[in-house]
Amino acid sequence: MLLSIRSLTKVFPGTRALDDVDLDIAAGEVHALLGENGAGKSTLIKCLTGAYRRDAGAVTLDGAAIDPRSTREAQELGIGTVYQEVNLLPNLTVAQNLMFGREARRFGMIDTRATRLQARDILARYGLNLDVDRDLGSFSVAIQQIIAIARAVEVSGKVLILDEPTASLDAAEVAMVFDMVRSLRDRGMGIVFVSHFLDQVFDLSDRVTILRNGRKIITAPTAELNRMTLVEHMLGRVLEDVVQAPGTSAAVAPEPVLHFDSVGRSGAVEPFDLAIGAGEVVGLAGLLGSGRTETAELLFGIRPMQTGTARDAEGPLDLRSPRAAIAAGFGFAPEDRKTDGIVAELSIRENIILGLQARRGWARPISRAEQNRLADDYIRRLDIRTSGREKPIGELSGGNQQKAVLARWLAMNPRFLILDEPTRGIDVGAHAEILRLIGTLTAGGMSVLVISSEIDEMVAVADRVIVLRDRRHVAELTGEQVSGDAIMRAIAQGGTTDGAAA
Amino acid sequence: MNTRALPLYATIVIFLLACLLAWTQFPNIISTRVFGNLLTDNAYLGIVAVGMTLVVLSGGIDLSVGSVIAFSGVFIAVMLRDTGLHPLPVFVMLLVLTSAFGAGMGFMIDRLAMPAFIVTLAGMFLARGAAYMLSIPSVPITHPFYQTLQGAYILLPGRGRLTLIGMLMVAVVILGMILAHRTRFGTSVYALGGGEQTARLMGVRQGRTTVLVYAFSGLMAGLSGIVFSVYTGSGYALAAVGTELTAIAAVVIGGTLLTGGAGYVFGTLVGVLTMGLIQTYLVFDGSLSSWWTKIVIGLLLLAFILLQKGLLHLSRRRLADTA
Repeated sequence: MLLSIRSLTKVFPGTRALDDVDLDIAAGEVHALLGENGAGKSTLIKCLTGAYRRDAGAVTLDGAAIDPRSTREAQELGIGTVYQEVNLLPNLTVAQNLMFGREARRFGMIDTRATRLQARDILARYGLNLDVDRDLGSFSVAIQQIIAIARAVEVSGKVLILDEPTASLDAAEVAMVFDMVRSLRDRGMGIVFVSHFLDQVFDLSDRVTILRNGRKIITAPTAELNRMTLVEHMLGRVLEDVVQAPGTSAAVAPEPVLHFDSVGRSGAVEPFDLAIGAGEVVGLAGLLGSGRTETAELLFGIRPMQTGTARDAEGPLDLRSPRAAIAAGFGFAPEDRKTDGIVAELSIRENIILGLQARRGWARPISRAEQNRLADDYIRRLDIRTSGREKPIGELSGGNQQKAVLARWLAMNPRFLILDEPTRGIDVGAHAEILRLIGTLTAGGMSVLVISSEIDEMVAVADRVIVLRDRRHVAELTGEQVSGDAIMRAIAQGGTTDGAAA
Repeated sequence: MNTRALPLYATIVIFLLACLLAWTQFPNIISTRVFGNLLTDNAYLGIVAVGMTLVVLSGGIDLSVGSVIAFSGVFIAVMLRDTGLHPLPVFVMLLVLTSAFGAGMGFMIDRLAMPAFIVTLAGMFLARGAAYMLSIPSVPITHPFYQTLQGAYILLPGRGRLTLIGMLMVAVVILGMILAHRTRFGTSVYALGGGEQTARLMGVRQGRTTVLVYAFSGLMAGLSGIVFSVYTGSGYALAAVGTELTAIAAVVIGGTLLTGGAGYVFGTLVGVLTMGLIQTYLVFDGSLSSWWTKIVIGLLLLAFILLQKGLLHLSRRRLADTA
């Protein structure tokens, strides 16, 4: 084995990010590493590249035990990494980027001509003929990514870690990068490939290892796996082999009040249609990176939509910015609560009135008495556990923070609320409360869009589930069709057995 | 062709246009005499601007240099007045002192992850205060060696004088060009200015580079202080107020991106000469207030910021078209 990892363990306060993980990378193989959020993929990679120090376990490279303390040391040992974001400098030339730290020198000065020739030689090996004196930033992302791979191979040369290298490339560019990866594999490099795109995993990899909750679940040759088993292992649920009764009467869908027609943005999510009724809960399901959050961001104007329109009963809606979306009666509780949802230093009261005050404008401040009344009201209604309304929100538990974020939106009385992973990092008790709260809201006529990785939660809360894969809305499940198995199947295969019903 | 070289070409074109404009009105302005004086009068600014160029390229800023120039002048003058030392050992002591001062600021910026603006602002007050501690009134320098330095020049054809300090400035610019464009240290400086996180992943020694950049800027400020003391023949704690800002203006007019990562040391020289030429023009004219220098420099700065924004926009769009 080229690289072999035994019983690798990494502990962070409160979590075992990696628990006794074994992994072998052979020379001349592409080894895909799969897992959902929090599975431990990035921790594993960081332990290999020296960004983290492992707490236990052994790593051997070419038979010698290694323990890199920095990215630089890992590179020198032979482990090179290429990330999703091109980690080269756009303001330096191609030659400078390729040769940085290893430039040809004469009399202590860089020999520009020799450096340029060496850079040209390296690229020629990959069939690229570029002007190496041009700034890296003037080339397309695909070319930059290829240059990044070339540099990693030059500097390290034994193991190449590709951490979602294709996330921002289109199909033709992906093919270009894959050709290069295959030629490196044939030259005997060990390649670790991380991707959320299952098609790419099947296309490129020889073996697959799946991690879940910091543990290794399985390592198997890619040819022996199918999409279904992959998804089962990633999500940790086994499909029950029951045939679904098709064509059962769907619950009576409410009359849609909001229509989104062919809304899309290139590089984020392909155009989709969505209609949502008053009091309806629509779920967005899919693997990490499938376009769930991107869909929410388009609907809330965080990233402007490039195609499509939104309208309600009265006419078209302007969703070009979050401010416009809020004016249209939308609300959005983001996935990353700590950075995007709360202002940690402000009190619960201030966090709750924030949205309302922003809408009224600074010239019409909400009186302190009114603020207190609102805050106390929501603390009681949503059962936010706190010693008082003036406590900084950052000191609350995750579940109570989430409730306060919800309270902020409820104070503004939106008609459409988007919840991105509303129960992430929340304990079991608060989890159930939040789901119950969603039920109460919709009973009052509010429309809710819920994004969740937890399929059981999705089944419990959603009237209708839209499944995404590879940035496309691939299936829609309604009424009786909404079951854990059906969602899993749709995630793995796309399309429902009986054709999506409206 | 690289768009990043465009600001440099723009700087050169503007300088040549300014020369042409001045020549049409005052043909005498294009002469070795004026040119020699241009180098002499702006020697201290050119030297300190070379240090500033590297700092700005690394994505930082050094506000302390004006005060360090003043401190240097007072330090030299007081040392020569109160001790029997020859100026040369005093120069060496001073350069070690200012380099260490710069290195100290670089160390704090790196280790404490403090903004360069704040750290060097503190350095600015410290150095100015230290200059006042040494002497409040201006101290004349009467050492005979200074007269030798002041009188040293090469006669150019056309009776122009290339003085010692003018030559020193040109030499410093060449040194700066080699350092920035032909060494690993220089590439590291550009890398830091392009993106710290990425630079670290590529193996740039961030701490070392940051300390060296500010140490170099301190060294240049000290050297500039020596030149300024030769030029004025005295040391004065109130001298060179605002020089750090003039140096930053020269760097930006020279085509260096203020956010770091792109620019040329040679451009800075052209920037300094452009500013000097405007001043010379006003002297020739005689009827215009010297405040016009500031107005023209202000307009030039504005034009360069717009040019750089425009280029950035253009290259992004071109990339979007090819992608």
